Amino acid sequence: MSAKQSLIVVGNGMVGHSFLEKLVAAGGLDHYQVTVFGEEPRPAYDRVHLSEYFSGRSAEALSMVKEGFYQQDGLHLKLNETVQQIDRDVKQVVTSKGQTIQYDQLVLATGSYPFVPPVPGHDRENCFVYRTIEDLEAITEGARSSKTGVVVGGGLLGLEAAKALKDLGLETHVVEFAPRLMAVQVDDGGGAMLRQKIEALGVSIHTGKNTKLITDGDGAVHQMQFADGEVLNTDLILFSAGIRPRDELAKQSALVMGERGGIVINDQCQTSDPAIFAIGECALWEGKIYGLVAPGYQMAQIAVDQLTGKTDSQFRGADMSTKLKLMGVDVASIGDAHGQTKGSLSYQFIDDEKKVYKKLVVSKTKKRVLGAVLVGDADEYGNLLQMMLNDMVPPKNPAELILPQSDGAAPQGLGIAALPDTAQICSCFNVSKGDLVGAVAGGCQDIGALKAETGAGTGCGGCAQLVKQVLDSELTQLGVEVKKDICEHFPYSRQELYHLVRVGELASFNEVIVSHGKGKGCDICKPTIGSILASCWNDYILKNEHAPLQDTNDYFLGNIQKDGTYSIVPRVPGGEITPEKLIVIGEVAKDFKLYTKITGGQRIDLFGAHVNELPAIWKRLVDAGFETGHAYGKSLRTVKSCVGSTWCRYGVLDSTSMAIAIEHRYRGVRSPHKVKMAVSGCTRECAEAQSKDVGIIATEKGWNLYVAGNGGMKPRHADLFATELDDETLVKYIDRFMMFYIRTAERLQRTSVWMDNLEGGLDYLKSVIIDDSLGINQELENEMTHLVGTYQCEWKTTLESPEKLQRFSHFVNSDELDSNVVFVSERDQRRPASKEEKITLQEVS
Amino acid sequence: MSQWIPVCQYSQLTNGLGVCALVNGQQVAIFCVEGELFALDNFDPFSEINVISRGITGDLKGRLVVASPIYKQHFDLRTGQCLEDDSISLNVYPIETVDGVVQVMTAPLVKQVA
Repeated sequence: MSAKQSLIVVGNGMVGHSFLEKLVAAGGLDHYQVTVFGEEPRPAYDRVHLSEYFSGRSAEALSMVKEGFYQQDGLHLKLNETVQQIDRDVKQVVTSKGQTIQYDQLVLATGSYPFVPPVPGHDRENCFVYRTIEDLEAITEGARSSKTGVVVGGGLLGLEAAKALKDLGLETHVVEFAPRLMAVQVDDGGGAMLRQKIEALGVSIHTGKNTKLITDGDGAVHQMQFADGEVLNTDLILFSAGIRPRDELAKQSALVMGERGGIVINDQCQTSDPAIFAIGECALWEGKIYGLVAPGYQMAQIAVDQLTGKTDSQFRGADMSTKLKLMGVDVASIGDAHGQTKGSLSYQFIDDEKKVYKKLVVSKTKKRVLGAVLVGDADEYGNLLQMMLNDMVPPKNPAELILPQSDGAAPQGLGIAALPDTAQICSCFNVSKGDLVGAVAGGCQDIGALKAETGAGTGCGGCAQLVKQVLDSELTQLGVEVKKDICEHFPYSRQELYHLVRVGELASFNEVIVSHGKGKGCDICKPTIGSILASCWNDYILKNEHAPLQDTNDYFLGNIQKDGTYSIVPRVPGGEITPEKLIVIGEVAKDFKLYTKITGGQRIDLFGAHVNELPAIWKRLVDAGFETGHAYGKSLRTVKSCVGSTWCRYGVLDSTSMAIAIEHRYRGVRSPHKVKMAVSGCTRECAEAQSKDVGIIATEKGWNLYVAGNGGMKPRHADLFATELDDETLVKYIDRFMMFYIRTAERLQRTSVWMDNLEGGLDYLKSVIIDDSLGINQELENEMTHLVGTYQCEWKTTLESPEKLQRFSHFVNSDELDSNVVFVSERDQRRPASKEEKITLQEVS
Repeated sequence: MSQWIPVCQYSQLTNGLGVCALVNGQQVAIFCVEGELFALDNFDPFSEINVISRGITGDLKGRLVVASPIYKQHFDLRTGQCLEDDSISLNVYPIETVDGVVQVMTAPLVKQVA
């Protein structure tokens, strides 16, 4: 086998990293020894979502690197190091640390830098750009002593940056040279609507402003002077006036450059030197720089293809359509948004009440969609984009494509079946319709599975509705009946059963199966309906008619272990516990010889109790003021917290008190699966709230609420749901979130999968819970209020009933313990004996 | 010599729920489903612990079953046969009620095929 070639990658941004991921996936490490240089101190992160850093997302959470990626053999990442010089004659590079390295192939992914207009005073202090995490840290620092902030540039990035300043609590202005916002992507009408919406959010917009000078301010740090004679005083200035390719290195190496910069590449993404590729925002293809990430990813794929022998692959330009959410406002631009194609016709729809603007551009013959602008509501984005990309014929009256449907009828679909398999559905991860069809045929039969398998819809999310349409259409074609019956006894999904129980006011399993099912039930439907009954009416779960429905954990109010004994978890709300209570737990554990371990949820788990011992153990605990921790239930487990502002020098709100209040509120509430919550007292996030179903993070202006995270087998970061909430609103939102989850999730579906499967995902959830789009919030709150008001400690109730206590015996006819339960000692505590140990012990005795 | 051993009052049983009885040193799981009584081994061959009596009862495709609370295999209450694995079955014991007293025969009804 021949020795591996040396491949050097200059730049570790989003595109450079995507190149490496694709190279690894294509088996490139079998042929190349790869060295990567990144000038920043950290590996690739998500610049597209940079503004989320200000709403609480950490630098780590923005990282794009899967664990272990840069630890692979044959892949060497050098951070804080740049390539200074390329000597093309001898094929070697010299780095900023003075190293010389040979290459066979070289990839330039140097990206771009923010353009700062050469206005006198642009380099004053408290003037920033918006590109790296270090920039963000500097902006955060600068904002501390500032009251007002100005963003220069009203394009896509400028508005993102404005959101960042707003999140930092500054009075925010946007100054734009052009007469409207997002001049490249949207037309006058769209720009005007966008302006109204953003001004309504408290950001002042100044268009048509040419900054001439920045000098000392009047009552502020700076004064910006404009060509029209007006001035604006501000403490902080952020330049976001476009990008320029980072091409110095290529220029020095005498590669062919564009007149106004950019490294010229051919369709193979090669520069004028065939051993050197350029991809992403540093590359110039047919006179164009692509300032979006998706075309950069496409170039990365072409370069990988070239390097791994698929030499017929070509870059043929990229679609620049975009859909994004700017400060919560949907904005989308497709194709020829300005209607510049000769003879094109356009249609406009304006809703001044809801602040929606839509424009559709079609060809003269009305046979093709050429472009569109959507502001305020971009639901049609996926459909319109596909129609344009695939030359699909619009309806006779093309305006129907953007007109609202009456009576909330389903939006005009494009007939997804008509799309060719090659149609790209997800541009972030280049997933075609064919890829989705293949994955569905391969067994991905729900949205969650399909997203996980293909990656579609997990980037910007713009294609989520299309992905769902492909899924539905394929399932229908495959003849798969989308059956959600929970078992053979009920032809209903959990959601439907919940509804039947709630509306029919059914109070027992018997009533439910007599009216809606058949047979006697089973170990699937019994616990499910047991849980639904508890979610609706909150009866004591061991009432005679409910007891046979419960899994053994709920039945014995403990967690069964591998040897048939149970573990015990008293509730420790928010993880706060007095020394006295800690001593009680210790004494109980000692007296009953229970194995003791601290849980991940800031509680104490006591293992190895025989069923016979449970009541005596709980008597001691309840007498000492403990209540059950519901560690056994599909219900709220813990609300983890840090000490917050009470003790911590960084804490901004009292996270412990909030955690205790939340834990007391939702304790015992039965739900489709377990629910975990956490409260952090500041953005350092010591309570790891973003890995919970409900995560709460304190900011100086209130609570940020995150939802639908989880740890476990498939960890998922929670999504930011709402920001800067007061206590009351926070609790209201959680009430609604919990009840909506309880109403609509499938059996054993955690909130993460549930949300991923909701059509419309996070945005839909926000519309239901924040905007009350279904008009059910009052009901949801009332239902939760009922659950909170009817809470009881199941152990306390059980201890008060001699009849119930009779069940806590291994034998109905003997007080003996199960002789098959055998313990051995390890590290001074008991643990279950292994099979081999049991045999040995028997031989000895 | 097999014999009937009284284990508990019929009134101590709850419809749909199991209890475990110690019968001549053997652990026997006893279930009452709509008035009918069943007795099987309490030992779950999959998890190798004594927990069958703590399973949820029901019916699958017309067969009355109990599900092991550990890994959820189903056992036919009448024959002891495991529905998920043909090679596994539990012993089943004769059970009856006399004057309100539940009694179990000490020897299994159907001998397991070795």
